[in-house]
Amino acid sequence: MKSKQELLNENENIEIELFLQAIYMKFGYDFRNYGKAHIKRRVRHRLTVSDFNSVSELIHKLLYDHMFYQDVLQDLSITVTEMFRDPDFYLAVRKEVVALLKTYPFIKIWHAGCATGEEVYSMAILLKEEGLLKRSQIYATDFNQMALQKARNGIYPIDRIKEYTQNYQKSGGKASFSDYYSARYESVILNESLRENIVFADHNLVTDGVFGEMNMVICRNVMIYFDKELQDKVIRLFYDSLVPGGFLCLGSKESLRFASLADRFDVTTERQKIYRKKFETL
Amino acid sequence: MKYSAVVIGVSAGGMNALGKILPALPENFVLPLIIVQHVSPQSDNYMIRHFDSISKIKVKEADEKEEIIPGVAYFAPPNYHLLIEENRTFSLSTEGRVNYSRPSVDVLFESAIYAYCSGLVGIILTGANNDGSKGLKMIKDCGGLAIVQEPSSAEVSAMPEAAIKLSKVDYILKLEEIGPLLVKLSKEK
Ligand SMILES: C[S@@+](CC[C@H](N)C(=O)[O-])C[C@H]1O[C@@H](n2cnc3c(N)ncnc32)[C@H](O)[C@@H]1O
Repeated sequence: MKSKQELLNENENIEIELFLQAIYMKFGYDFRNYGKAHIKRRVRHRLTVSDFNSVSELIHKLLYDHMFYQDVLQDLSITVTEMFRDPDFYLAVRKEVVALLKTYPFIKIWHAGCATGEEVYSMAILLKEEGLLKRSQIYATDFNQMALQKARNGIYPIDRIKEYTQNYQKSGGKASFSDYYSARYESVILNESLRENIVFADHNLVTDGVFGEMNMVICRNVMIYFDKELQDKVIRLFYDSLVPGGFLCLGSKESLRFASLADRFDVTTERQKIYRKKFETL
Repeated sequence: MKYSAVVIGVSAGGMNALGKILPALPENFVLPLIIVQHVSPQSDNYMIRHFDSISKIKVKEADEKEEIIPGVAYFAPPNYHLLIEENRTFSLSTEGRVNYSRPSVDVLFESAIYAYCSGLVGIILTGANNDGSKGLKMIKDCGGLAIVQEPSSAEVSAMPEAAIKLSKVDYILKLEEIGPLLVKLSKEK
């Protein structure tokens, strides 16, 4: 026999499926293949914040209050990020990737799921120090408009700077981190020159298509929110977007191990999750 | 079997506390253990290798999407929340800190409840904050079993005290008593 709790949970799971279906049908955002535990946690968070008794009430609000879906989208996307997160990753890019990028006259880079932009600017600083920024075109995409707007602004709270400076130093930074921003009251604004080669754009990894001819795709801590099936689909999207020999960089706890295209990539460093699309000889 | 998994939350003093519990479990122990130990974001896996070397059961860091195997002890990776899916695989999240912690005990416990419900054993050990007490209460509400380290015997008593205050726990024990109890529970039908 199922306990009362188990029955409640079973019903709530059904309601959550309906909720995701409603978001998809009404607004086109497809969360149906996201990890269920994450979705449930975020939905329950919304129930508490907005004081709803059930997910069904949430569905009603979603359908009849045309502004509410904005809140829901924020709930379902985790935009927490930082500059030079995992400094060893940037160190590995400097050591293992930069030399190869230098052989190209022109470099195209795609940051997928760039959130509020800290990671993109970190990479721009690295490229600048390696003399590559001027010939790079960086596409920074996310499906979260609010996060993208913050990314475009490049203004961040000053209280994180100490941590970012330490990260920067550990990441192999060659200058002084303070060269890259100016402080204003409680914020810092990153130098305009870092932004010149970045295009910020709305792109949904689940429903939108390839970005062609990329030399490097960076997608860190985005696919951990997807189920295996969706991860596989998105890795195929990256594969199709990369030139032969192009690099794919994942988050430090992600891996290509379970991906059906795993054997189409060489491992540059498993520890820092940098992979390279093979030159296929058919 | 009555129980299907053990979840453990521990903070300051964990190295010593888990060093008493994990080695006490026999090689043929049948429950998975899933552990959140508060550690600094940059810590390496030294602690895990240490526990693996002194325990008879296998000890490892939980991998994203990994299937949970009975008789293995899993640790949440530093700087990520660890969640359990209802299909009994792991998910990770970079959501902000919860109770000033990432990984957070409450995040693990709450997701574990949906996967295991009354088949869950929750344990709170030494620590300096109150992470995990809400999660332990939810385990109790769901019909699971709650065990807390006896505060006076804990290196830091705040976390066990907070847990005891919030819910009617089933056992308040010294570290030496926890391993043998887990062995007994693992055999209950
Ligand atoms: C945790 S952040 C990762 C930020 C950064 N890459 C890092 O590792 O620090 C995850 C980001 O993925 C975005 N995201 C989630 N699902 C997406 C999708 N289907 N398409 C595009 N972006 C998505 C979220 O909006 C969020 O900004």
